[in-house]
Amino acid sequence: MKNISQSVPLVDYQEKASGKTVFVNDIQMDEMHYAKTVRSEKAHALIKNIIIPALPDGYFTVDAADIPGKNFVKIIGEDWPIFAKRTVNHIGEPIMLVVGKDKAVLEEIKRAIKIEYEELTPVFDFQSSAVHKHYSKGDFESLLEFPHRLIEHTYETGYQEQAYIEPQGLIAGLENDRKIKLVGSFQCPFYVKNAVQSALGWEPKQVRVIQAAVGGAFGGKEEFPSLMACQLAVAVNKIRKPIKMIYEREEDMLVTTKRHPSRIKLSGIVGANNRLLGIKAQIGLDGGAYVGLSSVVLARSMLAVSGAYAIPNLDVTGDVYVTNTVPTGAFRGFGAPQMIFAIEMFMNHLAEELKIPAYEFRMAHLAKQGDLTSTGGVFRDPIILNELIEKVAKVSGYHEKHQDYQANNRFKGIGMSCFFHGCGFTGSGESTHIKAQVKLRKDKSDQVFILVAAVDMGQGARTTLKKIVYDTLQIPASQVTFERPDTDDVPDSGPTVASRTVMIVGGLLARAAKKLRDQWVHNKETTVIEKYQQPDFIKWDEDSMQGDAYPAYSWGVNVVETEVDPVTYAVKVMGIWSAYDLGKAIDERIILGQADGGIAQGVAYGYLEVMRHESGMIKQRNLTDYIIPTSADVAPTQTFLVENPFAYGPYGAKGAGELTLVGGAPAVALAIEQAIKRQIHKIPATPEYIMELLNHETN
Amino acid sequence: MKPIKFSLNGEEVELDLNPSLRLLDVLRDHFHLTGSKEGCGEGECGACAVLLDGHIINSCCFPLGNINGHSLVTIEGYSKTKRYKALEEAFSEEGGMQCGFCTPGMIIAAESLLNKNPHPTEDAIRIGISGNLCRCTGYNMIVKAVKRASEKGAGLW
Repeated sequence: MKNISQSVPLVDYQEKASGKTVFVNDIQMDEMHYAKTVRSEKAHALIKNIIIPALPDGYFTVDAADIPGKNFVKIIGEDWPIFAKRTVNHIGEPIMLVVGKDKAVLEEIKRAIKIEYEELTPVFDFQSSAVHKHYSKGDFESLLEFPHRLIEHTYETGYQEQAYIEPQGLIAGLENDRKIKLVGSFQCPFYVKNAVQSALGWEPKQVRVIQAAVGGAFGGKEEFPSLMACQLAVAVNKIRKPIKMIYEREEDMLVTTKRHPSRIKLSGIVGANNRLLGIKAQIGLDGGAYVGLSSVVLARSMLAVSGAYAIPNLDVTGDVYVTNTVPTGAFRGFGAPQMIFAIEMFMNHLAEELKIPAYEFRMAHLAKQGDLTSTGGVFRDPIILNELIEKVAKVSGYHEKHQDYQANNRFKGIGMSCFFHGCGFTGSGESTHIKAQVKLRKDKSDQVFILVAAVDMGQGARTTLKKIVYDTLQIPASQVTFERPDTDDVPDSGPTVASRTVMIVGGLLARAAKKLRDQWVHNKETTVIEKYQQPDFIKWDEDSMQGDAYPAYSWGVNVVETEVDPVTYAVKVMGIWSAYDLGKAIDERIILGQADGGIAQGVAYGYLEVMRHESGMIKQRNLTDYIIPTSADVAPTQTFLVENPFAYGPYGAKGAGELTLVGGAPAVALAIEQAIKRQIHKIPATPEYIMELLNHETN
Repeated sequence: MKPIKFSLNGEEVELDLNPSLRLLDVLRDHFHLTGSKEGCGEGECGACAVLLDGHIINSCCFPLGNINGHSLVTIEGYSKTKRYKALEEAFSEEGGMQCGFCTPGMIIAAESLLNKNPHPTEDAIRIGISGNLCRCTGYNMIVKAVKRASEKGAGLW
């Protein structure tokens, strides 16, 4: 192939379009049972008594007492129970499963089960920190000794629901007396496998995990499926029959993990010549009832503190607060969208208060190659933000529109965000925790099999990874087979998260394919294994958060134009323009699709998607209450990809999936800000919030 | 109770089932036609869309009894047509699908639109498919795909 970026059809487009793709709910097994979950109705309470009615034959309950191994979902720490035992810590917390063949009977049993609680005082605000981190760069405090201006702002973001169209689900059964097989919709087959081994106390060879087609995930199927898998495995182990558990939409919205609400306080010190010398950041994330992955999400928020800018002095603290609410977790962007919103608004608000043009203020602080990152690492590769900004500004007419909308009050605005996303796992995660391995096997007929745990959840991994292999081997696409992962066959190439699939797994596959090409002997069986090795120049200290937090950075610029209805304050997005440096696109059409979908989610996060809880109860429980964009809401989008190949990525590729989301919210918020001539400090910027600003705040 | 008679993907069928069952469940569980998906169960997402006498309906909100005497086409039946082929190619060429969960319903929505309006404007397409949610694509590539199908498949609708 002359240029790898040249698009090819998705490997599975025909089966997807015609409805033949098998999702987990399409799978039937003999003797199949169903499971429904009995959940806490209280935000914080002791369980005093559970009254279970006499069950009909063939119906069972399954709870903490049935767990042979540990009653924790193996994620990072041990804090998230598989089933609540004595205490419930959030509404919707699972207490037991009811299992049987008829779903209607299961609902009757669920209704008949009575749970007596002794209520405890719930916590809903940021008072109980479960994870605390700190790092610094330069010396923020010393800046206070010199003449300066100190400007402070606090920013808040709300929940965001992944709203994959396929709800969560798994099906599990015994392969033999001592082996369980789980099939489902998840991003990380080995997370599920490890969690189930821990719950059952079984050996690795006794747990087999197979990925079904995944109908969207966006992080929502990173850690949460492990909880469902543990419950299901415990139930299968008890009743020795296959069981399917598929959430209905309402259950999915109420109890699965969401994006962390955040409160971020930024204090900026501005010195001579309007130079931003330092930022002190206090970042708080609402982790919900259990920490789960939140410490890693927090790290990504903290590492994004200075956004696309190089700021010499930083003092950064972060806390994950536990509250008696649904646990929050992974969602595309993973802590960065909150921070990028805050820093982008802050840069504009600083400029406004310094009475200088925001665009120039931001341009003067952009990070350049050779600058130090927020953690004292080095931006080693060329940074082409100027080029990206110029491109987007030109096609969107940013400068002309900005000037025009600023000069009058027509309720129109245009906003620009500049941002980066660290590619792959934070810090030395790849080398110390994940230790990815990939395998290529060539059989006697010279058919090559890709054996990795990477999941295609719509982002096109089956197509792009296959493309990397057949292009490197210079063989026809049909000579390469890439099935969905089955942990009995594939090595652990790591989870499908953190925009790492192409850069890390694809990079290893490219290396493996080169080796296979070098040792290619016709009709000879050959296996090549490739293991991740961190480039030597990457140095990272996890405890002090110092060094190179990521091996590479992708960059982006978004411009969003909006019109605000002067009567209803409804926001209409008129146009979206973006430019990205993600190294090199392995398939241009797939990347443009990621860009369209990512910015739609990112912009909607900024103004449209509202999710709140009231005393711990999520108020938006379906797709009628929780509004995601429809085809009528999304504005035409123009995307430009500027190549900037990364030496260690396959064909120069860096991360792509999350980058396209993280800049959407500040771009739309800045556009709304200009339209209403008021500063925005929280998202989503709903009509109610806009009205509040217009009625109560003077500019 | 009289049996329920209707045409399913061109074949006459007769069912002796509870008429208040959801059409979606009957399609998936009784006929094993799993191309229609359940995304929300309340008519919001359109993943369960099927064609009733050529018009789109959400099968999750449709009681089986109401199908009596009508003609029903699911993605399994529709995917055997030339019109489908034109849409399938256009969806592929324009990048109109990612995870594929909403895609069968989206294609049914496109057919229902093109059946009424063979040469829709971009705005008409945006309105025409607005009852079908997609979380992956941001819709622009789907809109382009429907437009492309209407142009390349001119004469089919």
